[in-house]
Amino acid sequence: MKNSFEFSVLFGGKAGDGIRQLGILWAKLLCRRGLKTFLYDDYPSLIRGGHNFSIVRAAEFPISAHRDQVNVIVALNEETIRRHQQRLSENGVVLCDQEIPEAQKAPSAQITVPWAQIVKELSAPKIMRNTAALASLVRFCQIPWEELAQTLRELAKTELNLSVAQKSYELSEKGHVDFPSKDKNQAFFFGNEAIALGAAAAGLKVFLAYPMTPASSILHYLAAHRERLGINVIHPENEIAAVLAAIGAAYAGSPAMTATSGGGFALMVEALSLAGQAEIPLVIVECQRPGPSTGVPTYTMQGDLEFVLTAGHGEFPRVVLAPGDAQEAFELTAEALRLAWRYQTPVLVLSDKHLSESLFSQNLPQQFARVEYKAWSGGQTYARYAFSEDGVSPLAFPGRKDAIVKATSYEHDPFGLTTEEPTQIARMQEKRLRKEEGLKRETEKMVGVFNRDAPVALLCFGSTKGAAVEIAERLGLRLVRPLVLRPFPTQTLQKALKGADRIIVCETNATGQLAKLLAFHGFRVDQKILKYNGRPFSVDELYERVKELL
Amino acid sequence: MNIFAKNDPLATYAGNTWCPGCGNFGLLTAVKSVLKKFKETGRLHETLLVSGIGCHAKIVDYLAVNSFYSIHGRVLPVAWGIKMANPTLTVIGHAGDGDAYGEGISHLIFAAKRNTDLTLLVHNNRVYGLTTGQFTPTSPKGFPGRSTPSGSPEEPLNPIKLALASGATFVARGYVGKVKHLTNLIWEAVKHRGFSFIDVLQPCYTFFNTYSFYNERVVEIPSDHPYEDLEAAFKLAEKWDYSSQAEEIPIGIFYKVKRPTFEEEALIETRDFDLFEHIRKFHQ
Repeated sequence: MKNSFEFSVLFGGKAGDGIRQLGILWAKLLCRRGLKTFLYDDYPSLIRGGHNFSIVRAAEFPISAHRDQVNVIVALNEETIRRHQQRLSENGVVLCDQEIPEAQKAPSAQITVPWAQIVKELSAPKIMRNTAALASLVRFCQIPWEELAQTLRELAKTELNLSVAQKSYELSEKGHVDFPSKDKNQAFFFGNEAIALGAAAAGLKVFLAYPMTPASSILHYLAAHRERLGINVIHPENEIAAVLAAIGAAYAGSPAMTATSGGGFALMVEALSLAGQAEIPLVIVECQRPGPSTGVPTYTMQGDLEFVLTAGHGEFPRVVLAPGDAQEAFELTAEALRLAWRYQTPVLVLSDKHLSESLFSQNLPQQFARVEYKAWSGGQTYARYAFSEDGVSPLAFPGRKDAIVKATSYEHDPFGLTTEEPTQIARMQEKRLRKEEGLKRETEKMVGVFNRDAPVALLCFGSTKGAAVEIAERLGLRLVRPLVLRPFPTQTLQKALKGADRIIVCETNATGQLAKLLAFHGFRVDQKILKYNGRPFSVDELYERVKELL
Repeated sequence: MNIFAKNDPLATYAGNTWCPGCGNFGLLTAVKSVLKKFKETGRLHETLLVSGIGCHAKIVDYLAVNSFYSIHGRVLPVAWGIKMANPTLTVIGHAGDGDAYGEGISHLIFAAKRNTDLTLLVHNNRVYGLTTGQFTPTSPKGFPGRSTPSGSPEEPLNPIKLALASGATFVARGYVGKVKHLTNLIWEAVKHRGFSFIDVLQPCYTFFNTYSFYNERVVEIPSDHPYEDLEAAFKLAEKWDYSSQAEEIPIGIFYKVKRPTFEEEALIETRDFDLFEHIRKFHQ
């Protein structure tokens, strides 16, 4: 799509072949060469068998989406060739094991290397065929051995890996690709790593989560780095315990967060309402996957938007933020913590599998939000729910000599004692809801706009950003992306959509939830592009779908 | 304006709404006596009560100490989270039997398994009071509740055995009719490092008046009971299965052992970190 360099590789095999790790190593190696990379990972919900593949796209320009067409297929089994050879570009090449019988029959250009044999000869575990395959690819791309060796030394960390790679590198042949190299390293983050780091940077001190795909890697990352980041990371008995312990921790003064997917969030909803009533700063990350119910656990969908916007009984202020790539995931998760503490109310970060489990090469901003709150300065008797103009009461934490800190799920008076008195009930409701004014003011500007004057506007939220940005650039479309979905940034969107002849909404769900939300807020939606088969938009597919409408 | 009642520094101005004769009054007296000890040593501000929802939970409104009036069944995870943020606080959880043994039973098992350093007092009246008279997990079989008019079809749960089996390191039973005994139990439980659990027999005067049943049967566990002997604890727990029959109902400490707490085992010292150094090391 661009004249400058770009190159995509598909890695395929069965679960247990180390496909994901192979893609990650390749992506990281390229990031170190200074290339922008994006990794899309496609895997079924099983541990051994099935068909896994990753597509790693690299380019000299910023990317955060994958292409359907690839330049190389690295096949660890014959199924990969069968399933994906139609993706090969002109002059595309399949790299595969000599042992794959199908390799003889496939019409595409092939390079076969005896990966299984190398692994066998060096008495390495079979999974190390992935390292052998990586070495063949590196050789094919004419990347010096030393670069691979260094990446393996740092990221794979075993001598055996190096030996396997070296042998395979020697036995592989050079291709015709001239891979560029830049001076500057690119940093790389999975969406979930960016979420974890955003929270950590903002001041997270307690993280609790019950495993659920595609949110689990936030838990894994924070658990692995907890000592370095100085965060307590805990895996409790269920999502209900996760969210309630986060609420307890926040009440006692520790910035706390939990993360889950739709089903787990459903279990947390009662507690969400508690956080609203008790005015607890709580951050919940909801990484969507296709529902309803168990749905399709390892694939992607933006089907929970309406759910997170309205979940919870009763009325209370909340914020819903929707990042579109790793950089935004970092920034908005940090902002989520700041807003939760500034306004003492729940904030949700809405991700999905495609954002959470894709690898991005982006730099994180030097400036980011941090937890800040209105602290109680002492003096008179402390009232946890003291009335104030902006609805925010000064915070004190239990353990102070001069304060009795009473939090409660019941309607209450300023001291936190139960009330059923009508005037008091209404005043407290108003106090809490007053926080929406400040929240609205602070989030109103959170809309991404590109090509502001183009007549046709594409509207999307979350992970659809990656493909949409490229399409907008290529087709000269206006791209408008609300980063906050509640409070809804109506005025900013009105400005951003001013003069648009046509408004096309694209999202990965079946009913057009963003389109409905826009309509609710009085916006005209002319056309919708919906996708709901569990797969994200690739650049090529979104291009075709938009082209059809123009 | 302040939060205190006139003439009682431990009480708030909230009016008490328990029924006359409610077993909760005895529990309130006992908890207050324990809090008084904290006040005398200048440590009242380091104590914290967490409640669920039900008649029991009103206790946090009545006491002028830190508290979190949480939701039904979720006392323990809230209390656990508080300890994560500040392990130096003395946290006393209050839950009803519907709360602890019904809605939130998983949390009870896990708090015991983890040996979280907090105390749980279950106000066990063996009936739902605030929702007006349904059977609970510890109601006797045949209990004619409003949801089971021809009698509860289920055998009651024995929470003492459940706590023992789950790994609680302090398991006790108290009775609100023996306030002094109960006060001592609570004091011992609060002093215990680890998960301390007390099932407090507490008649509901309105929906399940068990005063005379308990008065005729409760027997204090003798001081020569082998507290660290799990088998002996189970044996003692089997003297009464929470049915309508019993020769005697033991009250006191069934079991008490030392085991590292969750807080000692799992928590780290939280601190800030250098983001950009971290990125250089792990993301480039």
